[in-house]
Order: sequence, then C-alpha cells, then structure tokens
Amino acid sequence: MDFFNILEIIIPSAIFFAAPLIFTALGGVFSERSGVVNIGLEGLMVIGAFVGVVFNLTFADQFGDLTPWLAMLVAMVVASLFSLLHAVASISLRADQVVSGVAINFLALGLSLFLVKMMYGKGQTDQVEVGFDKIDIPILSKIPIIGPLFFSNGYIPSYIAIVLAFIVWYVIYKTPFGLRLRSVGEHPMAADTMGINVARMRYIAVMISGALAGIGGSIYATIISRDFSHATISGQGFMALAAMIFGKWHPLGAMGAALFFGFAQSLSIVGQAIPFLRDVPTVYLLIAPYVLTILALTGFIGRADAPKALGTPYIKGKR
Amino acid sequence: MNSNRLTNIMIPIFAVLLGILAGAIVMIVSGYDPIAGYSALLYGAFGDRYYIGETIRQVTPYILAGLAVAFAFRTGLFNIGVEGQLIVGWLAAVWVGVSFELPKFIHLPLAILAAAIAGALWAFIPGILKARFKVHEVIVTIMMNYIALHVSNAIIRSVLSDQGFKSEKIHASASLRSEFLQSITDYSTLHYGIIISLIGAVVMWFLLEKTTKGYELRAVGFNQHASHYAGMNVNRNIVLAMVISGAFAGVAGAMEGLGTFENISVKAGFTGVGFDGIAVALLGGNNAFGIIFAAILFGALKVGALEMPSSADVPTELVDIVIALIIFFVASSYLIRLVLNRFKKEGK
Repeated sequence: MDFFNILEIIIPSAIFFAAPLIFTALGGVFSERSGVVNIGLEGLMVIGAFVGVVFNLTFADQFGDLTPWLAMLVAMVVASLFSLLHAVASISLRADQVVSGVAINFLALGLSLFLVKMMYGKGQTDQVEVGFDKIDIPILSKIPIIGPLFFSNGYIPSYIAIVLAFIVWYVIYKTPFGLRLRSVGEHPMAADTMGINVARMRYIAVMISGALAGIGGSIYATIISRDFSHATISGQGFMALAAMIFGKWHPLGAMGAALFFGFAQSLSIVGQAIPFLRDVPTVYLLIAPYVLTILALTGFIGRADAPKALGTPYIKGKR
Repeated sequence: MNSNRLTNIMIPIFAVLLGILAGAIVMIVSGYDPIAGYSALLYGAFGDRYYIGETIRQVTPYILAGLAVAFAFRTGLFNIGVEGQLIVGWLAAVWVGVSFELPKFIHLPLAILAAAIAGALWAFIPGILKARFKVHEVIVTIMMNYIALHVSNAIIRSVLSDQGFKSEKIHASASLRSEFLQSITDYSTLHYGIIISLIGAVVMWFLLEKTTKGYELRAVGFNQHASHYAGMNVNRNIVLAMVISGAFAGVAGAMEGLGTFENISVKAGFTGVGFDGIAVALLGGNNAFGIIFAAILFGALKVGALEMPSSADVPTELVDIVIALIIFFVASSYLIRLVLNRFKKEGK
C-alpha cells in the first residue's frame, strides 16, 4: 500500500467525520461571539439527531430522496426553538450560562430518549433507510490527485459545511450584522450605547447556534450512526466546542480544527488498515483533539482569546 | 438578612416542586398517568428495604460528586471535570484493590487514598492552567473528561486485563461491601461508602467554615481582587481548590470501584455521576448539608425511576427531564426571586 492509497482512505473519511463538527462549531462561533457560552451544543446536536432520524423514519415513504434534506431542515428548526430555552435562561433570566448549558444537555437527552421509548417502545430507533447521496463535484473532481482525494464520492452536506464556513466568515467579519454581533460579545455596554439591542442580538445568535447544531446532529445521525439511541451523540457537541476554541472563535479556524479533529477520528477508525499506524495505540488518536485543545488554550499553539464579555449576562445600567 | 436566608431555602424547594409539576405535565401530555408514575417512583425509591438500600447506595457517590463541584464553586471555579476525576479515581482505587494483598485496615484506606490522589492530580491540571495561564477551567475540565475516559479504557484493556473489557474483582480486603448491610437491606448493593461520604460532607464544612485556609478559599471565590489586595495568594488558592475538589471526585469514584461494582469495566460513555454532581451541588446551594439533601433527592429519583417502566409503563428518562428542569429553575432563580419579592411587597 503506497502513500497515495493511504491518503485516499483517510482524507475522504476525515471530511466525512468533520461535516457535523463543522456545522456545530460554526453555531458555537455565533453564540460565543455574541457573549453567550454554549455548552449546550451537545444537547442541541442530540435534538437535531433525534428529530432528523424520527422525521426520516416517519416520512421516508412520502418524500423519497428528499427526506434527509427535509429532515435536516426540520431538525434545524426544532433545535433552534429548543435553544430558546438556553437563551431565555441565560439572557433574560441571567442564569449562569454554563449551568444552563448543562441543563440543556440533560434535558435534550432525557426528552429525546423519553420520546423514543414512547413512540417506538424501545430505547433505540430503527435504521434510517434513505440517506444523503454521494456526488463527484463537477470540474473540480477532474483535477489530478486533488480531485479524487477531496472532490470525489463525498456527501453533499460535507461540501455545504465547508462552503458555509466561508459564508459565516463573511457574515461575521464583513456585514453590519456581524459587527454588531461581535461588539455585543466584546463590550455589550458600548454596543448598547450605540443603539444596538444587546438582548436581541444575543437571542438571534443563540438561535442560529441551535439551528446549526441541529443540522450537525441530524447529518451525524443520518450519515454516520444511521439510527438514534442514547449513545448516538456522545461528545460530538463538546468536540465541536473544542474545534471552535481551537479555531480561536474564528469561522475558518473552527472549520480547520473540525477537519483536523475529523482527521484524527478517521485515523482512529481506519488506522488499523494502515501499516505504520497499526502500531500506534488508538488511544493517542482518540485523545488528540482534546489534548490539542488544551494546548491551544494554554498558548502553546498561538494565543486563543475568548470574546471579552463571554459568559457574563448584560444587565442594563450596571457597571 | 433573615428574609434573604429564607429566600435561599425557598428557591431550591420551589425549583423541585416546579420540576416535579413539569414532570407530571409531561406525563399527562404524553398519555401516561402521573399519579401512577410518581407512586411507582416513590415505591421504587423507598418502598421496601431493598429499594432503600439501593437508594442509599446511589446517594453515596452523589454526595461526594456534589461536594466536589461545590468546593470548587465556593472558590469561584466551575469544575465540570468531576466526571473525569471520578473515572480516574475509580481506576486508581480498583488498581490498588487488585494489585496488592494487604490487611484490610491498610488496604482499604490505601485504595481510597489512591483514588483521592488520582482525582486530585487530574484536577491539578486545569487548576494550574487556570492559575498560570488564565485558561478557563470549564473548557479544560471538559477536555480532561474525555481524556480520562479514553485513557482509563486503554489502561483497563492493556494493564488491568488481557485485552478484556473489565478488570478482575478487587480483593476482599479493599472492598467496602458488608454482609451485614446487605442482609439488613434484603441483599441490595449497599456498602459502607455512605459513611465515608457523610464524613466527606463534614470535612468540607469544617475546611471551608472553620479554618483560615477555608476562609481564604471563600474570599477568593467572592472577590479575587480584594483577596489579592488583602495579601492572599489567589493562584495558589485556585490550584488548592481544584485539587481538593478533584480529591472528593476521586473518592466518589472509589465508592463505585470498591463498593458498588468491585471492579472497573471499559466504558462506552460517561457514568453520568459527575454531571449529576453539578445538579446536586446547585440544588444544595453549594452547602455541605444542603448537598446531602439534594443527593438524597436525586438518588431517590434515579433509583425510583427504575421501577417506573414496569409498574406504570413510564420511561425512566422522565426523571432525567425532571432533573434537567430542576437545574433550569435553580439556575433561573432570578425569576423565582422576582416572583417571591412581588409576593412580599403585596403582603406588606
């Protein structure tokens, strides 16, 4: 097996594993840039996965090939509404944002498993029948070497995720909305003085993060796990959070980190098939994303600074 | 001041009542009978000697995990890493439990001590990173949880077993189990750990309220700048708080390893005890004795829930919903405070 064959296995599977992380991490960028910590990404992904799978199972006959896409949209809407709970608690009711996020995670898992047992009479749904299609991207897939590695035989949502990262970058850094979002996260009082509605911006940001985490969860469940149970989402939300921090709260950085974590994940799974990796215990690959995140935060890999007002509720008139 | 203290006690009580009420609404909406559901829950938690034994067994690690979260909280730190510290504590306790053969009065304390040290070391890392590099402890502790999970799984596979899925059973000299406790509770898994966790609660109360160091730790929690100005070493106190918190979490793991399971097996996911500890600490108002009550409540909910599917046909996850909502209500205490104040004003 030569080097190119190895890449041919690893790179597509890295992109495959990274897609849900990219969506969710981008959601995290919105929320945290507005100053609201979102530990609840994990729970929002759970909701997305649950809704995505249930919709897919229920309506697969009616909608055919469209099902996974509609399921993704519904998951997006439901997770976004679910994230309102976090928004209300942490923005309007001044709850500790971390605690509220923890509660979101508990609630999402409890509620979705409760509903699964109620609807299916068992702790696990059936396998999803209709998944996303794989495509070759026109023109780009014809490029020698790079084409087959990056642009062939991939799932459409993976490509959407990467394109979305650039859109989010544009929105956050190049539009008035993005400027307001960032200002609310850095210095809410100054933003308020300039006539920006801090609470409204934060609500919008949290709901966007819910929507994107919902998409992330639903495509994870549709493509990777293909069913929903208590173990479907086990840490992907936290890994997305890690990717966002490792990417220094920057959309493109978050995407890069998510791709890298996807790479580590795919290595730990397909590594057994690759000669020189077979001898590396998988535990090193499994813990790599987390260790790297800690190192990044510590400043060994360039300094990562959080938005200044992150984690503090904004109370009008209080200095 | 007095009415303030009253509000502080009222908030958790209100939150629990609201949580239970919301649980009943969920049951009604999903077509279950809430009275049958909650009766089953109550029976499953306290219905006979066996259930009481199981509930106390569940309360044991909850108290210690709650203490761990609360101890850090009082110093202004949020230790989400209790779960990971618990896992390494569990691993260390079992490791000592299977590797040595010693008289009980040395072996058991040694195993518990190993768990405490393992948990403390695991918490030392986020502590030192917070103190030296100003890295937020929440993120580091979350990452440390996953590292703990994967590393301990790898150790169980390669060191504590021959590529198997669980370690051997610990030697009887390291076990917390007792024939006596099992016989009075109809052969539940109750063990002596509950005494250790109650001692833990007293230790935390004494450390924080009755010692100079505890005063410093609380001062840092109230206001880092003021404490620094008063000549306290803020950084050292941060590390100390995390280390003690981790030690409590490690001992919680020892309760599982030396009492409940008497071994450690490869885990697909987290035990959940560490995360439930956050709920326990919050509801208990980060107070050692409040935590005991909160742990009893959550322990009873968790154990009682197991009875719900068979006798009332309600999924056990209902309890997770109730617990999540209780956390929400406690966290959003601003709302409850607002309502209480409104009532007070009208009362005047």
